[in-house]
Amino acid sequence: MSDRDSQPSPTDDFIKGLWRENPVFVQVLGMCPTLAVSNSAINALAMGMATCFVLVMSSVLVSSLRRIIPPQVRIASYILIIATFVTVVDYLLQAISLPLHQALGAFVSLIVVNCIILGRAEAFASRNTVTRSLLDGAGMGLGFAFGLLCLGGVRELLGSGSLFGLMLLPHSFERWTVMLLPSGGFFTLGVWLLVINGFKRRGTRTREVSA
Amino acid sequence: MNEHSLWSIFINASLINNFVLAYFLGICPFLGVSAKRHTASRMGLAVTFVMLISSLSAYGIHSLLELINAPYLQLISFIVVIGSTVQVVEILIKKFSPVLFRNLGIFLPLITTNCAILAVALFQTNRDYNLIQSLVFAVGAGLGFTLALSLMAGLREKLALTDTPALVQGTAITLMIAGILSLTFMGFAGLGT
Amino acid sequence: MNTIELPNQSSWPMLRAMVGIGVVCAVLIVGVFQITAAPIAQNQAELLDQAIVSLFPAANNKRAYLATANAELNAQDAKQKTATPVYAVFDAQQQLLGFAIKAQGMGYQDTIQLLYGYAPEHEAIIGIKILSSRETPGLGDRIGKEKTFLKNFERLSVALTRDKGNIINRIESVKTGSKTQPWQIDSISGATISSRAVADILAASTAHWIPELAQQLERFEINNKRPSDE
Repeated sequence: MSDRDSQPSPTDDFIKGLWRENPVFVQVLGMCPTLAVSNSAINALAMGMATCFVLVMSSVLVSSLRRIIPPQVRIASYILIIATFVTVVDYLLQAISLPLHQALGAFVSLIVVNCIILGRAEAFASRNTVTRSLLDGAGMGLGFAFGLLCLGGVRELLGSGSLFGLMLLPHSFERWTVMLLPSGGFFTLGVWLLVINGFKRRGTRTREVSA
Repeated sequence: MNEHSLWSIFINASLINNFVLAYFLGICPFLGVSAKRHTASRMGLAVTFVMLISSLSAYGIHSLLELINAPYLQLISFIVVIGSTVQVVEILIKKFSPVLFRNLGIFLPLITTNCAILAVALFQTNRDYNLIQSLVFAVGAGLGFTLALSLMAGLREKLALTDTPALVQGTAITLMIAGILSLTFMGFAGLGT
Repeated sequence: MNTIELPNQSSWPMLRAMVGIGVVCAVLIVGVFQITAAPIAQNQAELLDQAIVSLFPAANNKRAYLATANAELNAQDAKQKTATPVYAVFDAQQQLLGFAIKAQGMGYQDTIQLLYGYAPEHEAIIGIKILSSRETPGLGDRIGKEKTFLKNFERLSVALTRDKGNIINRIESVKTGSKTQPWQIDSISGATISSRAVADILAASTAHWIPELAQQLERFEINNKRPSDE
């Protein structure tokens, strides 16, 4: 733990978002889009990538402007920058695939208020170099996308027996309709947190024993 | 072009498609603040109030942007205008009604970046609601939010007294309860149409 | 004394930074909007074309019409912002095949937008195509996929009263498997609310448009002979 504070390596900036500080599973941040669009794997992936893009771009811009932005107006500036990139990603998504954009609906715009992005801008990008912010943004973004995919994959697999629209389970498998409903989102995330809690507790216990 | 009656908009926003339990909007305060029933209901009312303001300003912005034909500015102006309006209102309340400020004011800065607020603005624009419909929608959404938050707070007060295994304590069990609550709210589904 | 000057000193860099960021953001947004405008418009046009062709396989030419305040149908520029556009669809011989009409309404989760084909000669809806919906994947979104459900709309009666003022029987949704009349829609079991939403959207839209179009049918055949349209 202590080596991270003293001399963080570039890989660590990247890796920590993926697992140790995963935004979805560990920090439980940015829940609204996480749960709302994770009812199929493809929606989850698109949302994850869109968020990742916004996170990386705004981290880079915030970090490169960090010496120019006066502290009094920093939050307003961050929000302005984030809103810009969300608008950009909104139009890009429409140009790439209209049906996908329609499936995500207003939730693309809601990336603006995703706590992770403002959180990273404030806690990391405003204090660190562009390269490190880029790595941090990419790590957090991919970690978020990964978490979303874990949710979306489980919900789609159990709810409609497919993954990315590909039928995987036989028709004899009774579909868990509840998984596709909003409550399925709460349940799935709850169970994932339980699993991760369990892992963490086992980890600490073995460390205690060996110590 | 929409013929939704005000009543159906209200029922839809508050119960059937409850912002928290069906759209997962405003989850952060839902998981964070909802530990005490008293705080929860006050927070809910503050949210309703801010939603009303944001709905009003969003309607204004949307009409203005339609006029100058600049849809690409929608999101950025929503965020900026809603943020500043809430700030102004906060200052006004502080000045004119200290009692109200003590009850609602402390939540206001917290709420501005709540996704539910922006969602009200976005949804009403997407669905082409007129001014009255928008306001009804905002009130419905806010009251639905209050209801969900208070219910959750009540359940969590009970939960604090029960003997749960250490493994599930914290967010995990809260999410499970939210799931069950969301399932119950599905019972309202046939109501609006 | 200094306190008066202090805000002046510090507000200039604040203002400069905000304006600077504003300019950068504005350039970014407008740039991306300009670049993506063409592909987005093309995507939308393609989606609409596909939908119309799926309703009228013989379609060769379509013209958009927009209803004006006095219930007139006017030929409309495709680029104009569209409220409830009606597309008159013609085949290669410039014969009127029917109309494709956009309609929308509240579904289970969010607004459902759909296109339906109306064939005046059959006095019936001949198909629907969901343009956008956020219904639950695997449940509500079956309204756009399930073959047995879509079969409902292959000849959905919207027969008019003799004076062409009203539809005789309003379109309605019935419980799964209990369709007995040509104006009824068999719901999907497990997606009753989405099915009912589709029925309601159609009922509201047809009640308005079908009498209107039927009364003005000749206009489209006269328009048809004018060579001015592309």
